Amino acid sequence: MTRPVPPRLNRLSPLSFVVTVAALAVLIASMTQVAPTPDQLVQGAPRFVNLMDRMTPPNLDPAFLWRIAARIVETFQIALVGAAFGVLLSIPIGWLAARGVSPIGPFHVVAKALVSLARTIPDLVWALIFVATVGLGAVAGTLTITMDTIGFCGRFFAEAIEDADKEPQQALEAIGASKLSVALGAIWPDALPSMINSSLFALEKAVRSSVVLGLVGAGGIGQELKVAFDLFQYQNACTIILVIFIIVLGMEFVTDRLRARLQ
Amino acid sequence: MKHLTPPDILLQASGLHKSYPGGAKVLGGIDLDLHRGERLALIGANGSGKSTLLKCLLGLHDLSGGAVTSFGERFERAPSRAQRTRIRQKTGFVFQQHCLVRRRTVLCNVLHGLLGDPGSWRGFSHMTARADWRVRAMAALDDVGLADKAGARADALSGGQQQRVAIARALVRGPELILADEPVASLDPAAGRSVMELFSGLCLKRGITMVFTSHNMAHLADYADRVVALRGGRVLFDKPAAAVADDDLERTFA
Repeated sequence: MTRPVPPRLNRLSPLSFVVTVAALAVLIASMTQVAPTPDQLVQGAPRFVNLMDRMTPPNLDPAFLWRIAARIVETFQIALVGAAFGVLLSIPIGWLAARGVSPIGPFHVVAKALVSLARTIPDLVWALIFVATVGLGAVAGTLTITMDTIGFCGRFFAEAIEDADKEPQQALEAIGASKLSVALGAIWPDALPSMINSSLFALEKAVRSSVVLGLVGAGGIGQELKVAFDLFQYQNACTIILVIFIIVLGMEFVTDRLRARLQ
Repeated sequence: MKHLTPPDILLQASGLHKSYPGGAKVLGGIDLDLHRGERLALIGANGSGKSTLLKCLLGLHDLSGGAVTSFGERFERAPSRAQRTRIRQKTGFVFQQHCLVRRRTVLCNVLHGLLGDPGSWRGFSHMTARADWRVRAMAALDDVGLADKAGARADALSGGQQQRVAIARALVRGPELILADEPVASLDPAAGRSVMELFSGLCLKRGITMVFTSHNMAHLADYADRVVALRGGRVLFDKPAAAVADDDLERTFA
């Protein structure tokens, strides 16, 4: 006798049923409180069109463009220096956090937790913290990007180190090589391509974050954007948004090309 | 009290027991003498304890019972740190394939053989290594016939060439003993023979004692002086390679 064909649908267990209903209830209850009502959408649409109208044409006055250009350069500097610091600091941090490789043994979880902390705090919150500690301006932005990059690269560097080929490491350990020698000789060359890849992603991410840091006073082009909105200079705001769009797109293009060459 | 061994005995195990923490008993009382300049083949089915025995003899694994004397250093349970360093300095290892650092050059991988010395971290790359080390590494590569590949990436080489690099890495320290754990298991028969030919020839020429594990019975007669068979963690037989008969092998793998 052949066994019967299994049913198309497995019966929902009572627990799954309760969880599903509860999740739907939470979703619907939330929608009534925070989702836009049709009324709001209808009223908001003409205002949006009106705003768009006041934003065009973008302000292309040369004096204004020069001011923007200076801010753009600053934004890039924040992104580049912040990402560079972050990547450099992530190398030892990633090593400390890597399971099975870390020189601090089981305490690698502490390093991992700190990296998670750096990652879970949003960049704008870091920016607020650093503006409060080192004052308004680009330095706060650079520190923010550094923390953000550690949260990102620290994790991926640790994974790259954990994933490095085990056989060559064992071969070196067997002849009595020190932990440092094994790390430099066998782990580093194997983890490097993946680490460069993560670093390029980090740079791309840094450029994207650095454009908004100015909203909370941490330097860069975001500061001009906030001023433009605060003073109702919507045509200026339009120019800035377009410039940001071009920068982020350009950055993604460049890092994509670099990554492709790396493969 | 210092345990005395005849000068031509390089390694000696007496009543060697090894169990893993989970309770699995791997070696149940091994007595073995390894003579200087000998080529010894260790055979046995998978799980018979060959690799564990190699590791115990060099103090890479703690012993559960018995004693080992390596290069005149006697230890029970585990060698002291200083003993371990001294033992490892006189020993080279050749593992199965895939033990080279893929993205580094051949020269770099041979230099890695010198990383066991204290304070030797500069040997991690041929760019930072001491000048005399670079010369030694090139000489070792020359011995295995791969000097012209010094600058090539390790993963650009064929399997047989990679194992020759692994042999050069073991030779570069000038060891008295080389242990090889299934050195040609992953190679095709022709490449396997040529690697074993080179390996065994170099060991003979330099008087290096050689211990290798193998599943290839043809290699026993050609590259070993003596064969030790393990079965269930015990020595099943220990005899000159020329005296190993077919039914010996059948008993080993039955």
